[in-house]
Amino acid sequence: MRLSVKHVTRYSFDTPARWLVQTHKLIPSTCASQKVLSWKVNTGDAIRGAAFRDSAGDMVETISVRGPVDELVIEVTGEVETLDLFGVLRDHRESVPPTTYLRSTRMIRPDVALRDLSVTALDGMADDSALNRAHALARAVNEAIEYVPGETGEVTTAAEALAGGRGVCQDHAHALIAVAHAAEIPARYVAGYLHSGGDAMGEASHAWAELFVPGLGWVGFDASNRCCPDERYIRLCSGYDALDAAPIRGIMNAGVEEHLDVSVAVMSQHQQ
Amino acid sequence: MNGRNNLVFNEMLNGAEVRAAYQSLERWHKSMPDDLRTLKQSEAENLFKRVGITFAVYGEGGDPERLIPFDMFPRVFTSSEWRKLDRGIRQRAAALNAFLADVYDRREIIKAGRIPEHLVTRNEAFEKAAIGFRPPRNVYSHIVGIDIVRTGADQFFVLEDNCRTPSGVSYMLQNREIMMRMFPQLFVENRIAPVDGYARLLKKTLASVAPEKCDSEPTVVILTPGQFNSAYYEHSFLADLMGVELVEGQDLFVEGDFVWMRTTEGPKKVDVIYRRLDDHFIDPLCFRPDSMLGVPGLMSVYRSGGVNICSCPGAGVADDKAIYTYVPEMIRFYLGEAPILENVPTWQCAKKDDYKYVLEHLAELVVKEVHGSGGYGMLVGPASDKSTIELFRQKIIENPGNYIAQPTLSLSACPTFVDAGIAPRHVDLRPYCLVGETIELVPGGLTRVAMTEGSLVVNSSQGGGVKDTWVLAE
Repeated sequence: MRLSVKHVTRYSFDTPARWLVQTHKLIPSTCASQKVLSWKVNTGDAIRGAAFRDSAGDMVETISVRGPVDELVIEVTGEVETLDLFGVLRDHRESVPPTTYLRSTRMIRPDVALRDLSVTALDGMADDSALNRAHALARAVNEAIEYVPGETGEVTTAAEALAGGRGVCQDHAHALIAVAHAAEIPARYVAGYLHSGGDAMGEASHAWAELFVPGLGWVGFDASNRCCPDERYIRLCSGYDALDAAPIRGIMNAGVEEHLDVSVAVMSQHQQ
Repeated sequence: MNGRNNLVFNEMLNGAEVRAAYQSLERWHKSMPDDLRTLKQSEAENLFKRVGITFAVYGEGGDPERLIPFDMFPRVFTSSEWRKLDRGIRQRAAALNAFLADVYDRREIIKAGRIPEHLVTRNEAFEKAAIGFRPPRNVYSHIVGIDIVRTGADQFFVLEDNCRTPSGVSYMLQNREIMMRMFPQLFVENRIAPVDGYARLLKKTLASVAPEKCDSEPTVVILTPGQFNSAYYEHSFLADLMGVELVEGQDLFVEGDFVWMRTTEGPKKVDVIYRRLDDHFIDPLCFRPDSMLGVPGLMSVYRSGGVNICSCPGAGVADDKAIYTYVPEMIRFYLGEAPILENVPTWQCAKKDDYKYVLEHLAELVVKEVHGSGGYGMLVGPASDKSTIELFRQKIIENPGNYIAQPTLSLSACPTFVDAGIAPRHVDLRPYCLVGETIELVPGGLTRVAMTEGSLVVNSSQGGGVKDTWVLAE
């Protein structure tokens, strides 16, 4: 499927901001399931530099703005040819040993409830394949946390999302990582784009989890949609959790009120 | 082994005789009247106060600006004793760096089955951001502090390694400075190897690891968390000695491919940052987002080759107490040599047999937290009451992987001034090995002394003191 992306992030400041610095992981990597046909990140007058490919295979770039500025706009446009590989990440260049992704962070630390959920989901599956076990965990997370926007926030932990029983893709991904860790399965957070059918703005920035399955490698699981990433998905970058995998990380000026406006559109070629 | 006094090796004596290396000091202290000693002691304290050298203590309350006790009686190593230490320390610093270069790249030592993978990759100090990239000259830990204890004339053991940002070297330099000022005659009578070349060697080491992109005289800075940090004095002292800028995070910024320092003449490119700041604080865009102490974007510039950071974030994986057990293995694996300095025998509670042994012998052992430092979270079995021992037993049962245990070594003792003259007190040694284009080591280090009779805890954070450390020239 040929997907086109337009992702605009606009920061407006109530008083002029100075010395802004951001690191971006806004460039998808080519792998077996996706080929980047064209890609452009426009950051206006910001000074860009310090570009490198990190150990997880993501392109990282830093932008600096001395200011003063009233707003900062980051516009990402591009086209990607995708393929349904049932979530399997193949031909992706990276060098982090998978067991590194057994480490916890505040966001994904499994509490008693998450551990219980993990044990229950895998009950009687000791002899099952690693892939089936991973599917069972994703299913369990989907059933335990209902997809309801607006109930959780950026800093909600996996444990809190499970306790509340409601959340969005970020919470599903965090909870899936936590239950995987409880079962000693390496797991990580993936940020990307989803072509959800319509061409509505604002709902196409997506997140899911990847679990390490011996024999297959990293496999994506989207607990929100009860599926593995297919040709509707574009994988952008990964990390331990949403913070570590954030496509844009920046620092705020002390005392400056910041308004964030994000719009994302992912369209398939035949819609255009 | 235990801490009973009759087994303690007194470094000054050979049987009942005073060793040759200490004879001049024996005459010196015997000929010193009590009132002169008291006078000199207060003079020394005043000198320390005047230069502002203090060592704040975390987690103890009290006065964070209190002086660390200085004992005027020097500790002496002969040149032949030092030769062995020197070779052993350099060997260890080289192996630790080879280990870091390996675990962040090909992981041969894991593939060869010499070190279990989980001890590395699941280690809190193992840093994903350092994988798959080579820092300049492939050096990860540029200042290696190796804590050494002695139990006999020829018996030295490494207690722990410090690969991140070991502190205390300013004491090594100041102790010497103050002794030379107060007792110049001692330095005429004895041929003592100088330590004051340390600052020059440190600067040379840091400049030698400037990134390839640096095409002129490298600009080196020391990055400090600020004046409220316990070792701030040391940061400013070293900056002064090296003639480099002492900066805080807010003095630096990232723009384009480089890190810049704000100066009155405009931005100046920085090539090497000797950071005295923990990994998690150096860049809020890579690590802790709430850190106000770091430089946003620094890690990206580092990874893209625009600046060097000393030590490399993630260097701490080599000095973890669970990894420590494997350092002799690293020396054999990477250098193909036999270890010159031995490790203290160590039981890892994560191992089933070791766990059982440790729980059965708690009263005889020293138990340490795997990630702890500074003498906190530590049990000294023979010196602890039953309830403390039971408390530790519970802690170990709850989280075995978090603890290691070692025998209570009979640490050597050095003559130390006490109210009634001199008395032996337990000591250890921290030399500071510099790794850059070459490996450098000044003859000596920081001797820490447990000022309380019988105490084995020499950490300055636990009331230990310091001494000038002499290496006699050939």
